[in-house]
Formats: sequence, C-alpha cells, structure tokens
Amino acid sequence: MNEIIQIVLFIAALIALTPILGRFMAKVFMNERHLLKLVLGWLERLIYRLCGIDSSEETNWKVYLSGLFVFNFIGFLVVFLLQMLQAYLPLNPEHLPNAAWHLSFNTAVSFMTNTNWQSYAGETTFGYLVQMLGLTVQNFVSAATGIAVLVALMRGLTRKTTENLGNFWVDLTRSVVYVLLPLAIIFSVILVGQGVVQTFSPYTHVTTLQKTQQVIPLGPAASQIAIKQLGTNGGGFFNANSAHPFENPTPFSNFLEMLTILLIPAALTFTYGRFAGSNRQGWTVFIVMFILFAAGLGLSLYSEYGHNAVLHVAGNMEGKETRFGVANSVLWSVATTDASNGSVNAMHDSLSPLSGMVAIFNLMLGEVIFGGVGAGLYGMVVFIILTVFIAGLMVGRTPEYLGKKVEAFEVKMAILAILVPSLVIKLFSAWACTSSYGLAGLNNAGPHGLSEILYAFSSAAGNNGSAFAGLSANTVFYNITLGLGMLIGRFGVIIPVMAIAGNMASKKITPVSSGTFRTDNWLFVLLLIGVILIVGGLTFFPALALGPIMEHFLMNSGITF
Amino acid sequence: MTTRHKQASLFSKKIFVQAFKDSFVKMNPALLVKNPVIFIVAIGAVMTTIIVFGDIFTKHFSSFNLQISVWLWFTVLFANFSEAIAEGRGKAQAESLRKSRTQTKARRLINGKEEEVLAPDLKKGDTVVCESGNVIPADGEVIEGIASVDESAITGESAPVIRESGGDRSAVTGGTKVISDRIVIRITSEQGNTFLDRMIALVEGAKRQKTPNEIALTILLSGLTIIFLLVVVTLPTFFGYSLTASGMPQSQNLTLPVLIALLVCLIPTTIGGLLSAIGISGMDRLLQKNVIATSGKAIEAAGDVDVLLLDKTGTITLGNRMATDFVPAEGVSKEELANAAQLSSLADETPEGRSVVVLAKELFNMRGKEIHPSDTVFIPFTAQTRMSGVDIKESGGNVRSIRKGATESIKKYIQNNDGFFPKKVEEIVSDLARQGATPLVVAENNRVLGVIHLKDIVKGGIKHRFAQLRQMGIRTVMVTGDNPLTAAAIAAEAGVDDFLAEAKPEDKLYRIRQEQANGHLVGMIGDGTNDAPALAQADVGLAMNTGTQAAREAGNMVDLDSNPTKLIEVVETGKQLLMTRGALTTFSIANDVAKYFAIIPAIATSLYATAHAAGPMSALNIMKLATPQSAILSAVIFNALIIIALIPLALKGVKYRPISANRVLALNILIYGFGGLVVPFIGIKLIDMLLVVLHII
Repeated sequence: MNEIIQIVLFIAALIALTPILGRFMAKVFMNERHLLKLVLGWLERLIYRLCGIDSSEETNWKVYLSGLFVFNFIGFLVVFLLQMLQAYLPLNPEHLPNAAWHLSFNTAVSFMTNTNWQSYAGETTFGYLVQMLGLTVQNFVSAATGIAVLVALMRGLTRKTTENLGNFWVDLTRSVVYVLLPLAIIFSVILVGQGVVQTFSPYTHVTTLQKTQQVIPLGPAASQIAIKQLGTNGGGFFNANSAHPFENPTPFSNFLEMLTILLIPAALTFTYGRFAGSNRQGWTVFIVMFILFAAGLGLSLYSEYGHNAVLHVAGNMEGKETRFGVANSVLWSVATTDASNGSVNAMHDSLSPLSGMVAIFNLMLGEVIFGGVGAGLYGMVVFIILTVFIAGLMVGRTPEYLGKKVEAFEVKMAILAILVPSLVIKLFSAWACTSSYGLAGLNNAGPHGLSEILYAFSSAAGNNGSAFAGLSANTVFYNITLGLGMLIGRFGVIIPVMAIAGNMASKKITPVSSGTFRTDNWLFVLLLIGVILIVGGLTFFPALALGPIMEHFLMNSGITF
Repeated sequence: MTTRHKQASLFSKKIFVQAFKDSFVKMNPALLVKNPVIFIVAIGAVMTTIIVFGDIFTKHFSSFNLQISVWLWFTVLFANFSEAIAEGRGKAQAESLRKSRTQTKARRLINGKEEEVLAPDLKKGDTVVCESGNVIPADGEVIEGIASVDESAITGESAPVIRESGGDRSAVTGGTKVISDRIVIRITSEQGNTFLDRMIALVEGAKRQKTPNEIALTILLSGLTIIFLLVVVTLPTFFGYSLTASGMPQSQNLTLPVLIALLVCLIPTTIGGLLSAIGISGMDRLLQKNVIATSGKAIEAAGDVDVLLLDKTGTITLGNRMATDFVPAEGVSKEELANAAQLSSLADETPEGRSVVVLAKELFNMRGKEIHPSDTVFIPFTAQTRMSGVDIKESGGNVRSIRKGATESIKKYIQNNDGFFPKKVEEIVSDLARQGATPLVVAENNRVLGVIHLKDIVKGGIKHRFAQLRQMGIRTVMVTGDNPLTAAAIAAEAGVDDFLAEAKPEDKLYRIRQEQANGHLVGMIGDGTNDAPALAQADVGLAMNTGTQAAREAGNMVDLDSNPTKLIEVVETGKQLLMTRGALTTFSIANDVAKYFAIIPAIATSLYATAHAAGPMSALNIMKLATPQSAILSAVIFNALIIIALIPLALKGVKYRPISANRVLALNILIYGFGGLVVPFIGIKLIDMLLVVLHII
C-alpha cells in the first residue's frame, strides 16, 4: 500500500509540475517576458557580450547545426585533455594519475553526448577538477544542447515559409541561464540539506570497529548530482551512483532525484504544445509517453514482485538498497531508462529478466519515453512523423503534421534517425558476441550475458549511460566501440532532426479542416504507441527473445548459469 | 446520356494472359531494381536456388530449401503480376482510344493545296482540312469554319457538338469525326505528345515516373527493408552466442535459406509488391470516369485539394433559368398573366421561354392550340429592344401586343404606349431580385400584367454533395458573374461555403493565389481561353474537353465528358488512391507481428533444450504450428499468397466513404491495422494445417 501511495504521489507531482515548468520554458524560448529575466538578464547579456553573440540574429538549420558541432567538439576536447593531464592539474587531493587515452576518449564523448556512460569508478579515477570543470560543465551544456535542438525543431514545425530556426548560441545560453542553472542551484541546496556531501576536503580515513582502515570518499557531489538528474545525464559522482548514501541518503532525496529525472523532459511536452499553439498537441505527446512509461512500470513491478522460481521469493531484493525497497528501485529503473538519464539506485544487472527487458527495450526505442532533455521529444517527433506518414495516408490526403506536409525528405530523415542508432546496437552487439575481446568482458554466462552486451550498446546508442553492471567495459574494445556508439547515436539523430526542422520551416501551413488527420486525440495516441512498439519491437524482438525472454523462461524452469 | 467506357473486367482473359507473360518479362533485373523490396526478394530467390543446386550436387537435397526457393520466386512473380495486370487494364482502356487514330489519313494544306498524308506524319503547326465524314487526325484548333463533330469515340456522348473557329469552342480532339460542314484545323500537338499519348505513357511501366508520394513511400519501405536486413544479418551472431551458452555446436546455426525466409517475411513485400499496381489503377479509375490526367502527381494533388472553385452555371445550377412563378399586378388574375406570358413565349426557343410555357401548362393546363399562325406575328428578342413577344390579331380587329422583357425595357415600352408602370410591380421586381431571381415583366398593350419569376435552378442533390465535401474538409467556392445579392441567394440555396460574385476571369486567378498563400490546395474547372491562367495556377486544373486548346494545355486534367461536377469525382479518386496506399502499408507492417510469432519460436526452439522437453522458446509458439519447418514455410507461403489475394483491392481501391477524416481513419485502422494483426495468425495456422495434411513437411 505504502508503495502504491509513493508511486501515485510521484505521478501526481510529475503531472502537476509539467504545465508549470513547461509554460515557463515556452516563455524563455519564445523570448517573452518572465520573472527570471529580471533577475538573471544581466548574466545572459554578459555572456553575449563576452562571446560576441548578436542575439537578434537568426540562422538556417545548417548554420545552427555547425554552431552545435563546434561547441560540442570544444567541449569534448576540454574534457579529454583534463583527464589526460589531471595529474599535473590542481584540485586533485588524492593525486589520482592521468587516465588512459581510450578511457579519456570514452568519457569525453560520454559526457559531451549527454550519455554519461561511465567505464570508470568516479572516486578512484577522477579528481575534483575533472569532475567539476569537465564533467559537471558538460552535464549542463550537453543538456542545453539537447534543448536547443528541440527548440529549433519546434520552431521549424510551427513557423511558415522561412529558413530561420533561431540562434544556437542564444538558445544554448537561455537554457543554461534560465532553466538548468536555477533549477540545479535550488536542487543542490535541498540535497545538501538531506545530507549529500559537498566539500573540497580530501577523502576521510577512518578506523572501523573491526580495527580495519577504511577510506571514505568525499567531494563536491551535491552540485553534480543535481544537474546529473535534471539534465538526464546520470553520471554518478561515486561509482555506486545514487545507490551510494552520500549521493542519495534519504527517501525524500530519492523521491526528488526520481522526480527530477523526468521533470524537464515531461515539461518540454507542454512547451511543445505552447509552440504548436495548442496545449492538446503537447498533452497528446505527454500521454503517449506516460502510457508507455506506465506499461513498462507495470510489467517491471509484476516481474519483481512475482514469484521468483530460482530464489523462491516474491519481491526480489537482490541488488537493491534496503532503504529504498522494491517499488522505489523499480520506479527508478524504469524512469532512468525511459529518460536517457542512466543514474541508478539499484543494480540493473540484478533485475529479474522481464524488468531487465523493459529497461533494455526502453533504451532500444531510442529514449523517446520522456527521454533525454530535448532529445527525448525530438526523438518522439521522429516517430510522430513516421506515424503520420503511414497512417495519415489512410484519410486520403498527403500526410501532414501541424499543417506541414510530410514528404519524401522528412520520411528519409525520420527513417535515418531510427535506422542509425539501431545499426549501432545491432552491429556492435554482433561484433561483441563473436569476438574474444567482446566476450571477455562478460561476468555472466547464458542468455544474461547476451542481455549485458545488448544493454551496453543500447545504452550507448540511446545516450542513456546506465549499465547492466555485469559487463567489464573499461577495455580498449568497449571504450572505443561504446564511444563511437554514443557519438553515432547522438549525432545520427540530431543531424536528421535538424534537417527535418530546416525543411519543415520552409513549408506552408495547411489550415485545419475536417479533412485533416488529427494528431491530438486518442486515436492518434493509440496509433503512435502502436508504431513505436511495432517498429521498435520488430527491430529488436529476435535479440530480446534470445536474451531476457529466454532467460525468463529458463528461470521459470529453474535453470540458471 | 453519357455512356462510360466499358470497364475492362478485372480478369478478362486477354489481359490475364498478357499479364501472366509480362510477369516473367518483368523478372529483368533492370526493371526489378526499381522496386527495392521486391528486388531483395529476387536476390533471396536466386541465392536459395543456388543453394538448392549445391545441395543436389553434394547429395544433401533438402525439400525444405527447394520449397522456400520456389515460394520466393512465386513472391516475385505475384508482385510482377499485380503490376502487369494493372498495366494491362490501363492499356486496354487507352488502346481502344488510340486505335481510332493510328490509321487515320489527313488532308494537309500546304500553300492552299491539299495533299494526303498519314496522321502520324503530321507536325505541330500543320493545317489540315476536315469535311463531313473525315476523322480529325490529331488534337488541334479550328482556324476556319464551323462544323458539327461526333466526339462519341472519346466521350461516349452520342449527340454531336459544334466546333467553330475563334471563341471557346475551337478545340478538337484527334480521333473524333466531323459529321457536317468543313473546317480547317491547325494541329497543336506534336505526335506522341497528345493527351492520349501522355495518358498511355503514364500507364506503361517503362516511362512511368514515380509520384512524390510514391517516392516517399518507397523511401519508407526501403528504410524498413534495411532495418530488417540488419535484424537478419546480426541474428546468427546472437544465435551463435546462444548455441555456445546452451552447449550446442556452431554447426547448428541458422542456415541461409531460413535467414532469407525470415528476411522476406519481415520486409514489407505486400505493399512493396502492390505499390505500382495501386498507382496505375488510380489512373485507370480516372480514365473510367472519362478524365485524362497528364501526370500521376495531379491525381495525388486531387486528394489533397481542400478548396474547390466551381462555376455557378452548369455545375451548381442547371445551365438556364426557369420560370417558377407568375406574380400578377394589381387587378390582374394569375391566370390572365399566365396566359399572356405563355402566348408571348410560344415562339421563344430559349430555355427560359420554354420554361414559361411549361409552367403555364403545369399551373393552368394551358396549351397554345387556339392560336392560328396567320393571325400571329412573333416578335423575336433583339439586343436593341431587349424584349420578345407576340402580336395577335383578334376577330374584332384588335391587336393584342404582348411583350415580356427586362424591367427597364418594358417600362420604356409602356411609356411609349401612354401607359404607366405601377409602383406595386416595381416593388415585386425589386423583391424578386433580392431573392436572387430574375424578374421578367409581362405587358399587354399599355397595361402591365405582372412579373414572371425566373429562377436559377440548383441541381438536384448538389446540396447533399457539398455537405459531404464539407465533411471531408473541402470548402466550395461558387464563381459567378451575378451581382452579390443574387449570388448570395443561390449560394445559400446550394449550400456552398463561399462565393465570388461579379467575377471576372482575373478574379479567379487572384482568388486561387490568395487561397494558396493561406496554405490551401485549390481545384478548379475551366473551359474558356481566359480560364487558362487560373487553370495553370490551380493545383488541380480540370479542363473541359469542349474548351479551348489553351485551357486544355493549361490544366493538368481533361474531362472528356465536359461535365463540371466531375471535379468532385476526381477529388474522390485522388483520395481513394492515397487511402489504398496507406491501408496496404499499415496492413503489411502489422502482418509482421504474426510472422515473428511463427518464425522466432521455430528457429530458437532447440536452444537450451533439456533432454526431455523442447527448448523454452516453444512457449512463444502460440499458433501451435506443427514443426519448425512447417512454421517457416507457412509464413513464406502466406507472405506470397497475400499479394495475390490483395490484387483486387489494389486495383479497385479501398472503399471510399464521404465522411470526416477522423471517422475514415478509425474505420481503416480497424480494418487494415487490426485486420493486419489478426489475419496472418489465421492464415499461417491454416496453411500449416494444410501442409501437415498434405504431408508436404
């Protein structure tokens, strides 16, 4: 009962906050008057002046995109070099050595692409400077990059006969200054109040009751955790991520950290509705995401609470923190894999097969169920375009979305955006399955091993960053392939999406009539869910059948490996 | 009056045989490659065939591999057949039109001298002479003379039509026959580029261009094909991992024929195979309605049209005004007025005049019998007097001068006869004008008798038609030269959404541009030369066959019947074409779910099997298919047969209903989406049962 109340409370809070934050973000990106502009407007203007940005200038999609490339490449370089050189740099009280080149590559890509896959253990690998100047900065700007792409797409879908999609630098600045920074500051303060550490002191060495020496890692954690949750980043300060008591000490901090995973992605659906000039359009997308979220949650809960034929328990506690329990761990696992966040408060490797499958499937769908900040919604728009094209023909008109005709170019780009990440998952997983260096990373035999490999590449391609912990991924093979997977998974979607935005912006808007294929009703909700599940399902069903589904059947007949 | 072209029955023997032959001709890789989905199937068929031969040489013959190979070939053949039969029907339709023309001889005029040449040798700009009995050799324009022409060969309309130089009736079509008089024609179309030639090219495979929507759909289908190719290519690695994990040798890994079978089942072969048949049959259906489209793109655009510009006369109203009432002046009985009106109209052969006679007969059973021609002088309508009427000598020597005409002219007539025009009648006149009617005043000598109420008669059923269009989201705009008052009244009666009154030709063009700027797609009908710019500007310009050559060149469709309501049918055909594509795509994709449930358990059932039981994957064999091999074969067979089963649907198009987009969608989702999920489960199970009964597996 307590569990049900907590889940209901979580959902209620999410639904309540969506329009509030969503409306605010709409004001920010439509450049309307809002309260924070009075408070922080000087900071925005200062950034423009320092960087020489003309905030009134708007560009076409290619210029917008090349700004994004330049910015992300610089970000990558900074993080890469910070890791390679940390031994020579300050704020490294534990004197941690320079990182290996392949780990540095993997980590730099990982944080630049909003993935936050961690092949390393934070407390034993990176000093405070790398964590703060490298990783935390990317936590902000990679999230802001996702929002910027979405904002450009929203403009493309709703403007008519223009080339201009806005200014990348302005959108980037505004999402950091008005959205991410204020939310992160408030949230870190609350977290510190709950007992999350925030200090520059070196690690504490204590003698335990058994007279053994123990090292207790510390650091500026709260500030990184706030943005890691809000920006759907997920990279933990400590290796155990939000299962660690210094990252996530209390049930209340747990509740807030879960809520902040979905907060911005959910609110952006409302912003989307504001841009489209119809709140219904936004809520339709929200409902689709919510239904898929609820279905995954339901299946996971069923699977975790059901009778486990091997452990002979109902309510599988393996790999979960006792202070959170089953329900809160499952809720987190579904939320974090839906939202491309990747932070964890329980070990996904220990989830029962079906809830593990839900997590993998969430990743495989390309992180569109709420998804990464910005990224989730622009990924969803790709599915929307596909749905509109397939089903829209059935009303006897060239399919259109928000009055814009969906034609060959859009279909081509949408297919690319779906094809490219699944290419990464399939091909790299196949490579790992057939190579000794791929199989060497496995800690588990049987179908679960296949699940671990699939999870890793799905996590990379979906820019999620969480892991089935069974895989030892800090090897040259995995660091490089996963790094490439993250890059392709990120930009293989961003490029087609920006192309769609640019092409759509140049089109006329057909006025709505009763001959229009409606995209804001229950029929469309049903269709969109159908297309997501069928396209996603058809692509990955064979692999999932041999992995988690097989494991589920084997477990039920009491066979383990 | 109009007889449609005989519809080629779906499977007339000749078309059937030709299509059968063509399906083999279309095996040519250069043709197959145009259809990526079917091309992949063909590659699969070739590969399995090679494997079968390899099996035979290594003495490991597998009947399973052979059957897979055979059914893959059938899949390609069936897809080819669907395209061939659609082409066959379209060609048969066009061929009968073309036949009339190829043997025609022409009398070419060169410097005033005639010479006889074959019609195909004519060039654009040549002038030819046609006299009664001659067949017009090519499309052209009358530059001299007037003639009646029998156009039944292309329109099916048996009544001859008048064609004359100058004006809006100057265009003639090749293949039609002059039945009286002599005309000189300037040939306006290059041979091989007449409407018919363009139409035939649209139907024939080699020259057919993919329409924008077809291109988009092909991209989608190719994308899905690549995704499934990826699924199938990577599957053996995951399978190999599972073999190792369950302690089985790698030699048990999936064979190439099984992988190819899986691929072919997953890729959207159904819609891929039927796509071009759907497009061709759309054009064919249009041709059956006696409309020639100059591009497939135009038909698609017709489905998108959401504003229709319709001329009032002929489209919304019957061509002519009709008398609907007699409104007498004070002191005059209605019967007296009717009598006078009838007498004045007896010789009036205009439709308005005839309608007066008819009305009098209907109301008072009057007939014009009592009139003796010797006593009667009919006064015809002239542009100067703007009246018509009759002078009747009565027995007493009196002359009854009855006149009817526009208010102003009768007023003048009365004043000239020292009569006066009653105020009451003026009121009646202005009252009628307000209602959108045309008042016609009747006077006898110096007395005004009353007013004939002449009214535009809105065509029966047109209001209902417009209501249907509105439901489909199409707005109708009536274009008329009438004054706004009259136009508004008729617009209200006919139920059009908007009207353009006192319209000049350039107003049409302006209106179309305005609608297009607001994001609408506009369809219109036109015939006159001054319609040409508007026809060219409209997204769908339907030119009437009786119209000028300029109009026909400007539009992207020609209606051979010259029936203005045809535009509505054209829109419906366009919508039906797009719906059919969407429905079959949805069906095709939904089918894959069942095929997975047939094939995945079949191939994985041996994995992790324990000594006493099948592997855990057999739990997913929810159809309870007999053996792994029968399961795979059933899926492949179903996949091939469904193409054949859906050919009639592809050719006829999905059922069209004039209802709102939302309801159409809900209905089609139910039939083709939900149906697409369920049908293959049933079909595959039935085929599996049949295979077991026949001991094929």
